[in-house]
Amino acid sequence: MSGSIFQKYARDFMLAGGLFVLILLILMLQGSAYTSRMLVEAACYAIIALGLTIQWGYAGLFNIGIMGFIAAGSFMFMFVSFPVNERFWNSAGPGMLVEPIVTLLIGVALIVAVRKLRMIPGWLRTPLTVIIFATTYLLVTAGIDPAAKVIESEAGFIGGFGLPVFVGWAAAGIIAGLIAWFAGRICLGLRSDYLAIATLGIAQIIKTFLKNADWLTNGTLTVSPLPWPVPKPIDGNFTEARSIYLALTAAFVIIIYMLLERAYHAPWGRMMRAIRDNEEAASSMGKDVNKRRLEIFVLGCILMGLGGAMLITFTGLFDPSGFIDLNHTFLIWVMVILGGTGNNRGAILGAILVYIIWVMSEPLALSLFDLVRVYGLDWFGWQAPGDLDSRALQMRVFVIGLTITLVLRFAPEGMLPERIRQD
Amino acid sequence: MNELVFFINKALISGLVIGSVYALGAIGVTLIFGILRFAHFAHADLMTVGAFVSYVLMALMAAAGFSAPVPLAFLAMFPAMVITALLAIWLDKTFYKPFRDRGSNPVIIVMASLGVTLMLQGLVRLFGGTRARSMYIGENKDIYRIPFPGAKRDLILTEPQLLLIIFTIIAVITLAVFLSRSRLGKAMRAVSDNPDLAQITGINTKHVVWTTWVIGGTLAAAAGTMLSLDVVLKPDLSFGLLLPIFAAVIVGGIGQPYGAIAGGMLIGFSETFAVFNWAVLLRPFRDSFPDWFELPTKIAFVPTEYKLAVPFFILILVLIYRPTGIFKGKVM
Repeated sequence: MSGSIFQKYARDFMLAGGLFVLILLILMLQGSAYTSRMLVEAACYAIIALGLTIQWGYAGLFNIGIMGFIAAGSFMFMFVSFPVNERFWNSAGPGMLVEPIVTLLIGVALIVAVRKLRMIPGWLRTPLTVIIFATTYLLVTAGIDPAAKVIESEAGFIGGFGLPVFVGWAAAGIIAGLIAWFAGRICLGLRSDYLAIATLGIAQIIKTFLKNADWLTNGTLTVSPLPWPVPKPIDGNFTEARSIYLALTAAFVIIIYMLLERAYHAPWGRMMRAIRDNEEAASSMGKDVNKRRLEIFVLGCILMGLGGAMLITFTGLFDPSGFIDLNHTFLIWVMVILGGTGNNRGAILGAILVYIIWVMSEPLALSLFDLVRVYGLDWFGWQAPGDLDSRALQMRVFVIGLTITLVLRFAPEGMLPERIRQD
Repeated sequence: MNELVFFINKALISGLVIGSVYALGAIGVTLIFGILRFAHFAHADLMTVGAFVSYVLMALMAAAGFSAPVPLAFLAMFPAMVITALLAIWLDKTFYKPFRDRGSNPVIIVMASLGVTLMLQGLVRLFGGTRARSMYIGENKDIYRIPFPGAKRDLILTEPQLLLIIFTIIAVITLAVFLSRSRLGKAMRAVSDNPDLAQITGINTKHVVWTTWVIGGTLAAAAGTMLSLDVVLKPDLSFGLLLPIFAAVIVGGIGQPYGAIAGGMLIGFSETFAVFNWAVLLRPFRDSFPDWFELPTKIAFVPTEYKLAVPFFILILVLIYRPTGIFKGKVM
C-alpha cells in the first residue's frame, strides 16, 4: 500500500463528496428545516447501522430483529425520561404493583439460585426451574391484571420518571443489551439461521407487548411530547433547534465510530474477524467463540437501542405501532450491505445515502403512480383502484427487497469494502 | 356436556385446523432446509401468493358462471398449486441458485430469501391492495352441525375446515409413499442425508432440487388457500405464519418431513390450548369445590394477543434442551 492518503481512500472521499453535494442540493430545493430533520434521522439510523455492522461485519451474526431492540430502547427511554404522571402516583396503582414486582424478583432470584447452587443435584434443576417459572408467571400475571385495570381507568398509564434525557438514553442501551444477552445465551452456539429466527420472534413479541400493555406504555394511544436533550424549537424556528440536535447526534456518531475503529484494529477486533472467518481455527487456538460472539451481539444491540431512543426523542412521539420491520429492520440491512459490510465508514455513509433515498422515494412513488392513474384513464380508460396511494407505497417494499438481492448478488462487498490490512 | 362440546369446537378443532396449516407449510421449509441447507424465509409469502393466485382463478371461474358442489376457490387451488410450484422453481433459479453455484455462505442465501420475501409482499399488495377479501363470490360457506349426544350445543365444522383436514391427510400419505417408495423420493432423502455422497452415486441433484421446490410450492399454495378460505384472504397472511412454521420445523427436527407434521400439530394445539379459557371446563364442577375457592371467569395461560409468544417459547425450550428436535433432525 503506497500513495497519498487521498489515493488510499479515494472511494471514501468520492462517496462522502457525492453525499455532500446531494445534501447541498436538497438544502437548496427543500429548505433548511427539512434538510436538518432528514439529517438528524439519518444520523440516528447511522448509529443503528453501526450496531448492525459490528454484528454482521465483525462477527457474522445474523440479526433480523433490529426493530425489537429499537422498540425496547425507545420504550425504556420513554419510561425513564417522560415527565412523572402525578395521577398514577396518587392512585391505588403503585401499591397494587408492589406485590407482582416483589413476586417477580423473588422468582428470578430463586431460578438463579437453582441454576447456580451446587448443593442441588443436576437432575432436580430442570423440574425445579420449570415449577418456579410457572408459579411466578401465574402469580405475576394474576397480580398485574387488576393493577393494570385500575391504572388504565384512573391514570391512563404509568408515565415516566422524569429523569434527564441522557439517563434515558443510557437506559435504552442497557435494556436492549440485556435482552440481547438473554437471546444470545440461547442462540449463539447454534448456526446463524437460528439466531435469525429467534431475533425475528423476539422483535415481534416486544412489539406485541408494547402495543398491548396499555397500563405501561399507553399502547396505541401513543405518548408525546417526549423531552429533548437540547432546547426545543420555539415559535416554529425549527432550523436552530434541529441543528443543535444534529450536532449532538453527529457527535455521538463520531465518538461511536472512533471507539469502534479502535476496537476493530485492537487485538479484540482481530480475534473477532478470526472467529468470523474460521470458527474452528479460532476455537482451536483457544478463543472462546460463543463468549466473544455474545459480547459483540450485546454491544451491537446496545447501539441499536441507543439509536432507536435518539430517533424517537427527535420525533417526540412514542408509538408502539410505529415500529415496523420494513423501516426498522430491513432498511438498516440495506444500509449496511450497500454501504459495505465490515466497514464502519461504509455503514455511516450507507445509512445517510439510503435514508435520503428512502425519504425521497415516498413522494416519488406517489407522483409516479399518479401518472399511472392519469395516463391509465386517458389512454386505456383504466379506472385506478381507490387505494392506489397506499399501494404505491408498497412499491418501496418491493424495491428494498430487490436492492437486497441485487447487492448480494452483484456487489456483495458494498460501496466501501472491508479493508484487509496487508503488512 | 355443553362445556365439552365447547372445548372440542374451540380448542380441538381449531387446533387441528391451524396445526394442519402449519404442518403443510413446515413440510416445505424442512425439506428445503434439509436439502438446500438454508432457512427459506419467503415460504410464508409463497403461501400468500398461492392464495392470491387461487383467488384470481376463483374470480375468473365465478365470472364465467361456473358452479360446483365444493367452494370454487378449492377447485381453483389445484391449478394455483401448479403455478406456485413453477414460481418456486423460478425463484430458486433466479435468486438462490446463483449463490449456491458460487459456494456462498448459507447465511447469504437466507438473506436473499428475505429480499424475496419483501419483493413478494410488495407485489402482492401492489396488485392485490391492502384490504381483506372473502374467498367466496356468490357462494355461501357451508357449516356442518353435528349433534353431540347429551349436549344442547352441536359440534360445528365448516366446509373449508373439513376439506383442509382431508387434504392434509391425503397429502401426508402421498408424501410418505413418495418419499419411501419412489426413486426420486429416495434420492431426496439421500441428498438430505449426505449431499456429496449422493452426488457421487449418480443422483441427479437438479431433479432433486426441482422436486423439493415443487413439493414446497404446492403445499404452500394449498395451505395458504385453505387458510384464507376458512378465514379471509389478507395480504399480510404470512405475517403470523412465519414464526410458528419455523418453530414447527425446528421442533420436529430439520430435514424430517414427519417431524414437521408432528411439530406443526404440536405448535397448533399448543397455541389454541394456551389461549383457551379453561374455566369453561371447570364450570360443571363448580359445586364440588371448597367454599374458599372461587372459580375465576377466565383461566387462560396466555392472553389471545400474545398467541405469538407460544411458538417462540416452545422454540426456545427446544433449542435449549434438544436442538435436534423431536425426530432427531440435523443441527446446523
